[in-house]
Amino acid sequence: MALDATNAVPLLLQLLQMLLVLALAPLISGVTRKTRARLQRRRGPSVFQPYRDLARLARKEAVIAESTSPLFRGYPYFIFGATWVAAALVPTFAAQLLFSWSGDFIAIVALLGTARATLALAGLDAGTSFGGIGASREMMIAALAEPAMLMVVFVVALLAGTSELSGVAAYMSGPDVGLRVSLAMALIALIIVAIAENARVPVDNPTTHLELTMVHEAMVLEYSGRHLLMIELASMVKLVAYLSILACVFLPVGLADADIGPLQIALGIGSFVLKLLVFAVLLGIFESAMAKMRVFRVPQFLGAALMLGLLGALLLFVSRLKQ
Amino acid sequence: MSGLYFDIAHLLAGSLVLVSFMLLYQDRMFALLNVFALHAIVLSLAVAWQAFTQAAPHLYITAAIALAFKGLVIPGALHRIVQRLGIHRSIEPVGSIGVTMLIGIGLVALSIVVMLPVVTAASSIGREDLTFALSTVLLGLLMMVSRRNAVSQVVGFMSLENGLVLAAAGAKGMPLVVEISVAFSILIAFIVIGIFLFRIRERFDTVDLQALEMSRGEQQ
Repeated sequence: MALDATNAVPLLLQLLQMLLVLALAPLISGVTRKTRARLQRRRGPSVFQPYRDLARLARKEAVIAESTSPLFRGYPYFIFGATWVAAALVPTFAAQLLFSWSGDFIAIVALLGTARATLALAGLDAGTSFGGIGASREMMIAALAEPAMLMVVFVVALLAGTSELSGVAAYMSGPDVGLRVSLAMALIALIIVAIAENARVPVDNPTTHLELTMVHEAMVLEYSGRHLLMIELASMVKLVAYLSILACVFLPVGLADADIGPLQIALGIGSFVLKLLVFAVLLGIFESAMAKMRVFRVPQFLGAALMLGLLGALLLFVSRLKQ
Repeated sequence: MSGLYFDIAHLLAGSLVLVSFMLLYQDRMFALLNVFALHAIVLSLAVAWQAFTQAAPHLYITAAIALAFKGLVIPGALHRIVQRLGIHRSIEPVGSIGVTMLIGIGLVALSIVVMLPVVTAASSIGREDLTFALSTVLLGLLMMVSRRNAVSQVVGFMSLENGLVLAAAGAKGMPLVVEISVAFSILIAFIVIGIFLFRIRERFDTVDLQALEMSRGEQQ
């Protein structure tokens, strides 16, 4: 495809979206940490601290354990790549971008699932016991979270008539959504799944290194330097991906649509950043209010999400006969 | 505008089913009683909304009865009973909660499958209400069979009755006198059950109803 003026702009917009997601990811983590710190009456590090941490990791030497396979070096880049593609496909500030036809909800779930499975493999690779514990726990959570996520996808796709996220966003901002109990259930289920998938507090504590409780941290123990940078950045991007799915499906306010001008873009980006910041603060508050769950309680927590999704899909069949 | 009326009725009746699931999910006694109060409050909101849409003022009385008796009086009394029996930590489900929830979802699917063809002639609000009401009734039954503790069985029974009230509110032309008598019979049933709870406890030193299965009536 030759690059001329007609398709250069859409391509640039798509690139802008990819870079926006990447650039915002550390800030969102920083805001969440800051909120938690303020609620604990600490001053906490600046919201830009994650950028400094990542820069420090980039400068450090990467140490590789002797017992690892050659793939060990490749995993972090693959994880980061899959997560970034998933995050870049979610409509953030504009719905009809160049690649929005490929922004299918199921494809995004699959990409994130691939990244997660790779991370578990990476945890197993070095052959340490912590990596094994982390990987097995991660898989336990994944086995419960992904069906729940797919139920949410089914509810939304049944309602909107498409599983493409920009189509879903267009439907959700349209007039015929109404007040639906299925959507409320899907929203709660999605929030629970997002919390579990991003290793946030009731399921996993992202700041702990305690053997008994860590899940995510246990898998990445063997990584350092630029490899750790990739994994950390991937998990931040993943958080942004989930938050933007929430924003685009359940709160598509300010999303620019097909005929796109500079004003719409500015409005779209502004509302997107605002939504993400609000979600990050809410996440911080939620994390401060909850206690970490025992690992064996997690299936019940995620089972509730699965049940809500299933129930939401079932109830759609009652309300479908509306007219 | 009728779309919005319908949506709110749908939302309230659907929330009632959801709260039924929350009842199944609880594993602490006081949390169970609080969720039960919530169940009654959601019911009274749903019934009041039906009263508003159907322009049937007597349904407001039903809603008020649900709110006062089942939202306030009975949960409060159960709180006191639980405190006096000292059983606030024991819920004692028969199977695991996850399996119970799956059975519950199966029951909701069953009631949708059963109800939709039967009541196609009814108005859409009536059809929805009947489906949700049947789900609530079945979930109440499930609650009764899946718990060993007598107090949680009482809660299951009361939530079952909430489903019946929802069905009655959806069907037009339910006379007020029937509703009031049902409400009072529930209250009487509650009093009787409350007395029985203490009797069971006196006799067997527990409110775990498995003890009753062993009993053959002779003096211990």
